[in-house]
Amino acid sequence: MSFLNDPLKVAADWLLGIFTGWGMPVTAALILIGFLGVLLLISLLMVLDIFLVWVERKVVARFQDRLGPNRVGPWGLIQPFADIIKLIIKEDTTPGGADKVVYNLAPMLSMMSVLILWAVVPLAPTMLGVDLNIGVLYIIAAGAIGALSIIMAGWSSNNKFALIGAFRQVAVMVSFEVPMLTMLLIPTIFAGSMGMGAITESQDVWFFFLAPLAAVIFLIAAIAELGRAPFDMAEGESELVSGYNIEYSGMKFGMFYAGELLHAFTFGGFWAILFFGGYRFFGLEKVSPFLAIATILFKAFVGYFIIMWIKYTLLRIRIDHMLAFNWKFLTPLAFTLLMVTALMNALLAGTPTWLYVSLMFLSNVVVAWIALEIARTYSRREREKVEGSKAGSLVEIEAAHQ
Amino acid sequence: MTGEQIVFLVVALFTLASGFMVVTTRNLVHAALWLVATLFGVAVTYGLLNANFLAVVQVVVYIGAIAILFIFAVMLTRKDMRDQGPQMNRNWWVGAILAVLTFVGLFFLLQGWSGMSMLAKDIPLGFDAVTEIGNALTSPDAYVLPFEIASVLLVAALVGAVYVAFNRK
Repeated sequence: MSFLNDPLKVAADWLLGIFTGWGMPVTAALILIGFLGVLLLISLLMVLDIFLVWVERKVVARFQDRLGPNRVGPWGLIQPFADIIKLIIKEDTTPGGADKVVYNLAPMLSMMSVLILWAVVPLAPTMLGVDLNIGVLYIIAAGAIGALSIIMAGWSSNNKFALIGAFRQVAVMVSFEVPMLTMLLIPTIFAGSMGMGAITESQDVWFFFLAPLAAVIFLIAAIAELGRAPFDMAEGESELVSGYNIEYSGMKFGMFYAGELLHAFTFGGFWAILFFGGYRFFGLEKVSPFLAIATILFKAFVGYFIIMWIKYTLLRIRIDHMLAFNWKFLTPLAFTLLMVTALMNALLAGTPTWLYVSLMFLSNVVVAWIALEIARTYSRREREKVEGSKAGSLVEIEAAHQ
Repeated sequence: MTGEQIVFLVVALFTLASGFMVVTTRNLVHAALWLVATLFGVAVTYGLLNANFLAVVQVVVYIGAIAILFIFAVMLTRKDMRDQGPQMNRNWWVGAILAVLTFVGLFFLLQGWSGMSMLAKDIPLGFDAVTEIGNALTSPDAYVLPFEIASVLLVAALVGAVYVAFNRK
């Protein structure tokens, strides 16, 4: 077993040799090594997070026909470090009447809810924090802690805008969790396991080709969960100034901001793991674990880019439209798709792969087409009703004038 | 004392202490947040028992849905979060008697139980608890009937809630 084939195991064995050589008991050494592994992963993630600030600013600038950060360092690469220094030396303010403990706990919980997601992300065949057999549910559980942190921030700030922002965001998160959890069950049906590692390993054909509609619904629900445009009700800077994080200054605000960026990147990664084969790319992952990590990071960046693309292209949707869209369209569609997929999976058991894939793909297209047709008929009827009543009221007004 | 026992004691103390805070704190939102801590402690206990599925479901359902709902309800119904009134009502002694009786009953019940000092068996390799739970919940000779009855009950509650809240114009 050489370093290039399984770097983590080699490093862990080497450290175990050193620690036990110092006279440390094996269990204590193993706990310490596990702790060091977590520390390494989190440090790398935070460094990546710093880089994400630059990526986000540069990409949004391009979308808006600007240059973006370009003064500090080559292509503005050192800009995020300048931002961090600025955030750290800013005055740390606490609003009057704030609930201090809850107020300070919220940014930590927000960051934590994102970082704990990486425990189940398979980076390479041999690199996986924990291969939980319930990895899919774990994502939702981490999202629950994120929702809790937002409501804590909104309430403890003692600010109306913050509280309204938190209410809106949590309403959106709780609602969109339903289609999201339903769509997480579709890769589970295909893989026969809820573990992230097993889901990646069973994607000889990307699940995107088996269930394109599921991938799209998952992306929509993920964007709503992230609170990014067009679902950025919590921020809503034109109406709520900045939403739940309005009273936070300095690095506490930075924690929310960095958590949001890393969250978006993480969900790009989950999109890749669940529907685009994770670290797998035509057997490249078997060559070297480093190539596997490069593959999954690349796929996560593509997912992150698509999330940014949507964010900077679309306008904000009104909160009642957003919730109606979720409960009246997305949730029934997700349930229908889950039932159709489960039924097709049972009916097609034992058929050759090409037939299985094409029929699954076809069933998704049919479900999507029927759903869009129903939505179109409904909206046409609504529009006619509104236009009809307008025309009618105009006639009445004219009649009243004469 | 093994490491697992120490972790269990710490978690149990944390759960009990936060449960105590739920009923004693005067600020209702703090009570809800302490309740979250209590539920989280229970989830960790499930995790210690190798019941990963239950642990995660505990977090998803109790923290992600029920506790958030509690916080919403408190914030939307109360004008002032600090309760000024007395913390006990006239029936406090009935509650106290019931609590003591439950404790004494459980104490005697568990005293005669031989499993207290037994060590947990090692889980056999390849044992998948999630599959076991899934099979148990859907097989006719296990728990499919209670499972379905619970689902019907929940749907009925959902429909009832919509009916009550529906504003007929």
